[in-house]
Amino acid sequence: MSKRVAIIGIGTTGFRATTPDVSYRELTYEAAMKAYLEARIEPKDVDSFVATSEDFFEGYSIADEYSPDQLGAVLKPIYTIPGDFIHSLASAYMMILSGIGPISVVQGLSKASNMLTLSEMVTFAMDPIYNRPLKESPHAVAGLEMARFMYETGATREQCARVVVKNKRNALNNPYAGHGVLIDTDYVLNSEVISYPLTQMDISPHSDGAVVVVLAEEETAKALCDQPIWIRGIGWCSDTPGLETRNWGEAIYAQMAGEMAYKMAGIRYPRKEIHFAEINDEFSYKELQHLEALRICKKGEAGPLTEIGGTEINGEFPVNPSGGNLGVGNLYELNGGLKVLEVVRQLRGEAGKNQLKNMTTGLAQSWRGVPTTTGTVVILSN
Amino acid sequence: MEITEKMVAKTATKLSADEIQKGKVLSVKWTPKLKYAWDNGPAIGRYLAELKNGKIIAKKCDKCHRIMIPPRMFCELCWVPTGEWIYVQDTGIVNTWVVSYVDWKATRLDIEGGVRPLTPAVIEIDGASKGMGILHHLNDVDPWKIYRGMKVKAVWKPPEERTGAITDIKYFKPIK
Repeated sequence: MSKRVAIIGIGTTGFRATTPDVSYRELTYEAAMKAYLEARIEPKDVDSFVATSEDFFEGYSIADEYSPDQLGAVLKPIYTIPGDFIHSLASAYMMILSGIGPISVVQGLSKASNMLTLSEMVTFAMDPIYNRPLKESPHAVAGLEMARFMYETGATREQCARVVVKNKRNALNNPYAGHGVLIDTDYVLNSEVISYPLTQMDISPHSDGAVVVVLAEEETAKALCDQPIWIRGIGWCSDTPGLETRNWGEAIYAQMAGEMAYKMAGIRYPRKEIHFAEINDEFSYKELQHLEALRICKKGEAGPLTEIGGTEINGEFPVNPSGGNLGVGNLYELNGGLKVLEVVRQLRGEAGKNQLKNMTTGLAQSWRGVPTTTGTVVILSN
Repeated sequence: MEITEKMVAKTATKLSADEIQKGKVLSVKWTPKLKYAWDNGPAIGRYLAELKNGKIIAKKCDKCHRIMIPPRMFCELCWVPTGEWIYVQDTGIVNTWVVSYVDWKATRLDIEGGVRPLTPAVIEIDGASKGMGILHHLNDVDPWKIYRGMKVKAVWKPPEERTGAITDIKYFKPIK
């Protein structure tokens, strides 16, 4: 790679279950203003903008049209990606490398609390001919996957519950997180059954919030920023969507997205060369499944590693020091943004009580949620 | 085209509208239940609350000095937080308008049967900056006698019927 690209500014509102005091416009404006201040730029300095939104989630057709104002992107090159935040990050990264200009901005937003029929909205993502007439809950799809994953790897409900306990505890020390709580594994195991083996506490609750990131190519980054965080590798991948034909035990999409990012970053042994990870944990078992897909753990190893505390903040390989989706919330299209935010804070040494030591490289991974088989990965270094 | 015609001749069955309507052609139907409740935020929230009071409120940008409706918490052009709230008039002039023979569902109106065509218009509001306005209906006027620059005034719903919505103004009508 001839040119390097860095994150030179990041801004967020933090994440809360509801945000009745502000519209999506003010949410994004706050995050954007903080990101631009950090990067020492104004919107006029930005060469391209990438917004992230899903029309059904926003409740607007062509929600793209409502993106420019609050980013300062009126009459500037901007488009919207209806995918994960890290898809948008990849797009902005490519725009810089392709010579559109040295500075690019990525935006992501969640107003999940404004969706009154959230479950129906997720059901609407299922195939209208094969699946929807059966009227299964979207959580049943997660339960099916959890059951198969546990069967194939020997992971236990207790190990999944440990993920919940750890992430919700980490969230207590993250000022941006809205769902932190101190609980034990029994509390998780005895919570209301949703789609056995999946219980209420295995499911991440939704949150609202915004994240804006400023990217710059190497020379600009060094001129503007004392602590650039470099994008070393980025990858994305989608598996076949069929609920009948997909691989239910393994997250192949995460594996392939990870391998794409590893190849770009020149990483051969992720467990050694990467020091911590922010992993999609929209459901407790997903953290374990994704860790194995990314070769951070061998198949069947993520559960036992979690059980002995290996993924705790002071563990051998810390996972989700932010509190993850379980502790911060399910942010839908913005889920990748939460992961990138925490990796950047850690690499800059700004993670407060959850600050990790002796690390230089982190991985952020996201998933598009039920019923998708789409994943994204980015590897960042300071 | 030739290939398509050959395929149709060999493999396809021609269908009539009747066969589709009577359900002889298999299909799957789904009506999504999508409901939202959007948080207005301070700017739109105040705008709607003032409409309920029978007033139109704007917000001023201290940098470009535009008085903007609908009000917003930041100026999208100057990228600064906006300043003071300013009441503007409920009168204005027609910027652009249309005489529409179809409604929002694209259903044709029975114009020959005496239905009045719809006349949506953009109204530049007095007291707000040039180009700032409200999209609304014109009424109490012959659709063919509307003109650019025509002076109009809001016709409000009675206070007890207002809900804090753009429809608290029923329509705009011409004034001298």
